[in-house]
Amino acid sequence: MMRLKVNGQDHQIDAEPDTPLLYVLRDDLKLNAAKFGCGLGQCGSCTVIIDGKAVLSCVTPMVLLEGKQVTTLEGLGNVSQPAPIQRAFMEEQAAQCGYCIAGMMMRAQALLQRNRKPTDEQIRSELAPHLCRCGTHMRILRAVHRAARLMETAELAPADKRSAQ
Amino acid sequence: MNAPFILDRRRLLKGSGALIVSFSLSGAFAQEQNPQGTPPVPKLPGSLEKSPYLDSWIRIDADGGITAFTGKAELGQGFKTAFQQIAAEQLDVPFASLKVITADTKLTANEGFTAGSHSMQDSGTAILHAAAQARQLLITEAARRLDVPAESLRTENGAVVAPDGRKLTYGELVAAEMLHVQAQPSSNLKDPASFKMIGQPIPRVDIRAKVTGGVAYVQDLRLPNMLHARIVRPPSYGAELGECETGAVEKLPGAVKVVRDGNFLAVVAKKEFQAVKAMRALSTAAKWNESAKLPKQDDLAAVLTAMPRKDFAILQRSDASVTGRKTIEAAYTRPYQSHGSIGPSCAVAQFADGAMTVWSHTQGVYPDRAAIAEMLHMPPQSVRVIHTEGSGCYGHNGADDAAADAALIARALPGTPVRVQWMREQEHGWEPYGPAMVTKLKASIGDDGKIADWTFEVFSNTHSMRPGGAGCLLAAQHMAQPFAVPEAKLLPLPEGGGDRNAIPIYTFPNAHVAHRFIPDMPIRISALRSLGAYHNVFSIESFMDELAGLAGADPVEFRLKHLDDSRGREVIEKAAQGFGWQKGQKAPQDRGFGFAFARYKNLAAYCAIASEVEVDRETGRARLVRAVAAVDSGQVVNPDGLSNQIEGAIVQSASWTLYEQVTFDQHRITSIDWQTYPILRFDAVPEKIEVHIINRPGMRFLGSGETGQGPAAAAIANGIANATGKRLRDLPLTRKRIKDAIDA
Repeated sequence: MMRLKVNGQDHQIDAEPDTPLLYVLRDDLKLNAAKFGCGLGQCGSCTVIIDGKAVLSCVTPMVLLEGKQVTTLEGLGNVSQPAPIQRAFMEEQAAQCGYCIAGMMMRAQALLQRNRKPTDEQIRSELAPHLCRCGTHMRILRAVHRAARLMETAELAPADKRSAQ
Repeated sequence: MNAPFILDRRRLLKGSGALIVSFSLSGAFAQEQNPQGTPPVPKLPGSLEKSPYLDSWIRIDADGGITAFTGKAELGQGFKTAFQQIAAEQLDVPFASLKVITADTKLTANEGFTAGSHSMQDSGTAILHAAAQARQLLITEAARRLDVPAESLRTENGAVVAPDGRKLTYGELVAAEMLHVQAQPSSNLKDPASFKMIGQPIPRVDIRAKVTGGVAYVQDLRLPNMLHARIVRPPSYGAELGECETGAVEKLPGAVKVVRDGNFLAVVAKKEFQAVKAMRALSTAAKWNESAKLPKQDDLAAVLTAMPRKDFAILQRSDASVTGRKTIEAAYTRPYQSHGSIGPSCAVAQFADGAMTVWSHTQGVYPDRAAIAEMLHMPPQSVRVIHTEGSGCYGHNGADDAAADAALIARALPGTPVRVQWMREQEHGWEPYGPAMVTKLKASIGDDGKIADWTFEVFSNTHSMRPGGAGCLLAAQHMAQPFAVPEAKLLPLPEGGGDRNAIPIYTFPNAHVAHRFIPDMPIRISALRSLGAYHNVFSIESFMDELAGLAGADPVEFRLKHLDDSRGREVIEKAAQGFGWQKGQKAPQDRGFGFAFARYKNLAAYCAIASEVEVDRETGRARLVRAVAAVDSGQVVNPDGLSNQIEGAIVQSASWTLYEQVTFDQHRITSIDWQTYPILRFDAVPEKIEVHIINRPGMRFLGSGETGQGPAAAAIANGIANATGKRLRDLPLTRKRIKDAIDA
């Protein structure tokens, strides 16, 4: 049994220590947002935030996570109370198939938590590990800029309070 | 009431009655007029032709709940939202008050495949007319009950309202069989000027779940007691499984069962990662005998053009009075290219009480059902395939194969749902690729600076090996009693396959186009977004620029000089204007401007793209800096959705065009992940993409999901040529090829 804190809640996980975090999130905790894309750390669809940093959950084994705090897209907000980053992606309609989007959003969230006003260049460089096959990139960039503005104007909004550490 | 009602309705539609004031949409949505004046063959609009009952498309419940049905599959194009807009508009109900159910062999009409940018024109048109005719039936019933003339009634917010304020809701009006009537060829459609929902950028219904971690994909399906399976695929085409000791694998933690049927090998486990680990162990245990002989990748054009083929002359136009003076010729090539879905293919299947249910992101639930039923030797009616969204597919990827895998495994575990997801190397290594192609062009310019004659040859495999029978499914090919891969089919014109868009839209006095069809498929291939149009448009539109250069003409002006189609001309002018295209313009240092245009399939949406491309002369690296597109897709239902499709097409096509090719050695596919099959990343994303939409209120839907692929490729190639003075004709336009051309 391993202890893991996900989206503010403690969990006892019965998984072998080499199990990548992604499988625990999806299979044990029934969370949908982090996606299996490559299992090789090449595409970014599995990205979550661990202790404030964007991490590829498909190549991060459980054995490294004892006592860590994991935040997934579900932990930022929900349909009725979306976090600024979620609102921004809705408002920009920044998805086609959307399979890569949750990972993109978590990387962007981690960026915005340490840099409230990133430049376009910084956003592009930050998102470099992420692939989108539908070609939604222009909207994704617009959504991250919009999220930055929303975070600025909604520092104290309830959704923001629940965002990652 | 059913039968007499239909009689009344027919009389009304013939115009002998005067109860319903029909609004005519200039014949645009309606039946084409027969020029000879003979009685027209009544043809029903869109997919109503094949599924004519209104209740196949629209259901109204007694409680007022409304459902629209489509046999098409939402693949991330957003049409589910567009269909909801169409149905809500024609029924006069709020957008949120109805829901849309997509492809499911138990619930929806058989609309074949979701392919070829057909969803709007087939299914959207059917829903448009079915909703309008359902509304008319409700009005007629209200007129009978209220004893007032139908034309005095109006509809509003899900009810029919009389002038005196009396109101009957749709739920009150609907009777059991009211909508179980055959559709009529034409409908009382609403005046486009009165549209409240069609034409509006209504936010997509699926995005909220996708950005909050809701259940959105087949990958997210979790059925009670569901097990996880993984496949061990052969290392190469045709490899035979020899020795395979499975005992140790079945003793691994969580392992439930190894399923082997000939060369089909899979393992089932309780938890997903246990299945992955068992798959790795099984993979080590499996010994394969390989025999594949793949063609030489370095010399693909020579290989393809030397293969046995069937030749078809698909355009022959001659005018001996026009001859050219200056002639050029060129050959263009395209490699095999991957769909490259970000999420590997996935399916869930359950075999219970003699019936098989499969949840799949297939593009064709009915054909997939028939193929799976054949593979399992089951009657098709005992198999149900339910479309459930997956990662974007852009054509025929591994979806159908994964569905077959899941079904074959689930049959071995009766009662238990089984989820299969492919690994990354399996998706990259086994998906059916977009076929490699070669085009040969030759043309002459006359004294008037116009093209006098034009010759175009396209060498290509078929562009669809979709099921098509069990033989199209990997699992069925690998079973101990295998199903043979069916012979390649020629996809007929006007839509075509390898010859899609091979016939130029421009008017040339002498024109000869040949389709050189190659039936043998040395590499597994099938439909990739836009089929042959991507390469044919790339070739034609690159060559048009070469010819414009020969004629000393501006590329935009040169195209307009050869184009009669007025909608096409408008699209070209719009893109040029939006870009700020100037005759005699000069791009900044190390940059180039490019232009390209096509009407997809010569019958769907029009798209013109102007590009600004930057080339690093030191490295040869090319980057699309800016693109301005104009598109005419007929009546626009959701402009933001249309824009999203075109933006995506440009970026995806830029990736195909600049980076992508499937690689292989003598035996194996060697491009098996994102390292070995690199695609566009954020560092290469353009600074700006603009999409200008030319809306055509009341005109038929043209379908736009694939219209951008070809023009984007040629606009980039033309931009590179403009920047470097070098013409690149072999896709992809890699930095090495560009560098070599610059240094040559």
